[in-house]
Amino acid sequence: MSGASPDSAAGGRARSAPLMGRDTEPTLFELSAPGRTSWQLRTTGVPEWAADELVPAGHRRQEPVALAEVSERDLVGHFTRLSHRQFSVDLGAYPLGSCTMKYNPKVCDTVAGLPGLAGVHPAAPVSTIQGWLALVVELEEVLCAVTGMAAATFQPAAGAAGELTGLLLMRAYHDSRGESRRRVLIPDSAHGTNPASVTLGGYEVTTIPSDERGCVDMEALRGALDTDVAGIMLTNPNTLGLFEEDIEAIADAVHQVGGLLYYDGANLNAILGVVRPGDMGFDVVHLNLHKTFATPHGGGGPGAGPVAVSERLVEFLPGPRPARLASRHEPEGPAAAEGAASEAAAPVDRYGWVVPARSIGRVHSWHGNALVLARALAYIRVHGGDGLRRVAERAVLNANWLRVRLSGTYDVPFDRPCMHEVVLAASSLKRQTGLRALDVAKRLLEEGFHAPTVYFPLVVDEALMVEPTETESPQTLLALAEALERIAAEAAEEDGLAVAHAAPRTTPVGRVDEARAARTLVPTFDSRK
Amino acid sequence: MADYLPHTEDEVRTMLGFLGLESAEELFAAVPVALRLAGGLAMATGEPEPDVLAHLGELADANRAHQLVCFAGAGAYDHEVPPVVRALASRSEFVTAYTPYQPEVAQGVLQAVFEFQTMTARLAGLPVANASLYDGASALVEAVNLGTAAAGRQTVWVSSGIHPHWRQCLATFARGSGHRVVEVPLDNGTTRWPKDTAPGDVAASPGAIVVGYPNYLGCLEDLDAVRRLADAHGAVMVVAADPVAAGILRSPGGAGADVVVGEGQPFGTALGFGGPYLGLFCCTMAQLRRLPGRLVGETVDVEGRRAYVTTLRAREQDIRRERATSNVCTNQTLMAVTAAVQLGWLGTSGLAEVALRCARGTRYLREAVLAIDGVEPLTGDTPVVRELALRTPLPAATVIDRMAAEGYLAGVALDALTGPAGDGSVSAEDAVHGLLVAVTERRTRAELDGYAAALDKAVRS
Repeated sequence: MSGASPDSAAGGRARSAPLMGRDTEPTLFELSAPGRTSWQLRTTGVPEWAADELVPAGHRRQEPVALAEVSERDLVGHFTRLSHRQFSVDLGAYPLGSCTMKYNPKVCDTVAGLPGLAGVHPAAPVSTIQGWLALVVELEEVLCAVTGMAAATFQPAAGAAGELTGLLLMRAYHDSRGESRRRVLIPDSAHGTNPASVTLGGYEVTTIPSDERGCVDMEALRGALDTDVAGIMLTNPNTLGLFEEDIEAIADAVHQVGGLLYYDGANLNAILGVVRPGDMGFDVVHLNLHKTFATPHGGGGPGAGPVAVSERLVEFLPGPRPARLASRHEPEGPAAAEGAASEAAAPVDRYGWVVPARSIGRVHSWHGNALVLARALAYIRVHGGDGLRRVAERAVLNANWLRVRLSGTYDVPFDRPCMHEVVLAASSLKRQTGLRALDVAKRLLEEGFHAPTVYFPLVVDEALMVEPTETESPQTLLALAEALERIAAEAAEEDGLAVAHAAPRTTPVGRVDEARAARTLVPTFDSRK
Repeated sequence: MADYLPHTEDEVRTMLGFLGLESAEELFAAVPVALRLAGGLAMATGEPEPDVLAHLGELADANRAHQLVCFAGAGAYDHEVPPVVRALASRSEFVTAYTPYQPEVAQGVLQAVFEFQTMTARLAGLPVANASLYDGASALVEAVNLGTAAAGRQTVWVSSGIHPHWRQCLATFARGSGHRVVEVPLDNGTTRWPKDTAPGDVAASPGAIVVGYPNYLGCLEDLDAVRRLADAHGAVMVVAADPVAAGILRSPGGAGADVVVGEGQPFGTALGFGGPYLGLFCCTMAQLRRLPGRLVGETVDVEGRRAYVTTLRAREQDIRRERATSNVCTNQTLMAVTAAVQLGWLGTSGLAEVALRCARGTRYLREAVLAIDGVEPLTGDTPVVRELALRTPLPAATVIDRMAAEGYLAGVALDALTGPAGDGSVSAEDAVHGLLVAVTERRTRAELDGYAAALDKAVRS
């Protein structure tokens, strides 16, 4: 195996493709039979008044909401069969660039299911939620250590919510200085959420081009900077998987005109324990706990997008925030022993809620995606500072191994060491054989792998963005590389393109007619014709 | 060294050698040396899972709220979540998937979300539902963004019967969007809309009008009046509906709502200290192109077999970028799948039964607690179905503390939601003395009687 990996027999070769079901599953509504039920509710003994004794006629529903009527057995069969039509990290490798689809440790599921965490009402009085407040404060401390920031809010429910929160923090900061700035700079390689968030934050986007090395074009940046610039949003490493080597110069230039630096944490996995956004000069950082800290993505969410800030922005954070209360109940000196004894008799709250002095206000119904926070804390504690550093090392090692291994087969538009992900391209293959990035993605599904991110970043033609993550073994990487090489080789064969266009054939459905979905639009079972 | 990294030391050496490197540090050559973290992260080293479980277990044990009989609501309710829903919703195929970017291997999540959209739309009485937003507050913010964009006007009239936290979120995000949010006060629990329904000053005329049904104090608002008001102003009518009460109440869509939003936590999601929850969002076909977030549609594959895919993608941030009207990407799909399972379990009769039992329990408790000297209804005789606001002789926070000692989570103090000064929904005095009490189908008669006895004791001493 070309010196690429150790003993080829070690580690085995599992395949996930044959495990997924191919039969169409009826909707729950088609499985329904009138009068069939599965619900069972507690015996309460509460008087059984009729609806018309409880709800005024003008407000009362005349017909019940029609839902499916199925037995519990059919309910289980239905959703179990649906689950067999779904690829997941637990099933196989998921090298979806920019999404950091690493293994989600099961211990975190156990944590999120603890009744003492899952059963807590968000409005319960402070004396009954001391554990939750302590948990969030502990997570804040470790995430500040990881990012080099001063404090964090946990209200934002996802990365995009964190971005908008960060932009509103920047606005509040500039407002407090009596400055009205209108523009936010964004590199052309940025995630789409960045420009969308900028607009919702009330700012205008100025796009900064990438240079030939795939990094921020410093000349263009300097040309765009003036006192109308509220800040710049960057992810580092950027979406091309490259570290912005000029980050210190970028930070200096932006700070010089009074702007702030926003760090999009989508790619934080690459630099854990290596370099911190705070040390690079960033003022605001959002983290994607569902990427870097292994909380499962749930098929599209939930995530969690906490925002950490430097000292000068702390007073603007959303509130209320969990906080360790001043140790006024912990007397020192000779009286301490006595004090401790009386404390034992009447426990005091060591944690409470505080609202920052100039808070931008609330950004979530409650306190953010709390159970996701508990999972992240468990993940971080298992790894510790040393383990997080190893995470970054292995993630970068895996991505670079793929880069070198595949560089003869696919284009590597920016062929220098990458960080946690490598952007390949099918542009030469397309020119030579007609095989496009989309075809590569669909063929890879047949091989039992999830596809990479395709056609992103927008600045790369026929982009295939591959992020193996640190939890895939060398054996899996080799299998992935061989599959990608096979796909490229087949395309050059007679009928090769036809085979690629017919892919995927081993998945629950073949290529899906997206144009028809938009044209005929069937958003519910009731709108079927 | 406890972690989840598969590489052996030999494998790491071999892979580094393949790259022509000697050490892992060289992988980070692009990072300026001056910036690199010397000495590692300032935090503890890793510890094995059993130790971590013990620590998190201690934190969980330091909470007491979950041991109390729950009468707190305010958008987060203690409903029955049966073992079958827990089992199906925790299947790792649903839990550990990403957003369905490759529909051929994501039919499970896509179909479950399609079923969720169907059930949510039926509940709201509208033709379209999206694949979820973060929570009730974010759904409301998106509804207001849609309404103002559709009407081309920046002013929004928001009933003060909307959950105070949701209104606080609207105010936060209005600083970026520039929306002018006008909070309309309540009178005895229902909204006192401006009498003059003439359009008048176009600039001040609302682009969207928002009302709760029932509102956060549990009261039933007059939806027909809001529809007339919206018609008079050419405004989009937004209803923030309780999805459980919807099982017994008239459909907001049927009453003319253009957009219906809600908090979907009651459908199978744990209280979880406030999240992850589920933002519900439904609208009319007329507003479809402005729908925020993901939408799953039915289509066919190349062989003509039924298939599902996210559709109308051109609305979304990754394509429209700075011209997108919403930045939402990651949503709460797993909670949407959970809601589909829970609603599948409840079925037609179960949802109606849960709503009815909530109303019965609320009626029973209302009669019991109003018999207590000094305890009054905060909203007069205005009808309530699943939640009620009481005025207690002592500050509600004191009552809650005392009842916690008796084993009850007595409810939510209104000032914890509005702040001590109150807001358009309640006066400062009522904010401090107001206690919001929720009764779900899980509360037994014995618990209701016990609650009344404990409340009697709490307010007397």
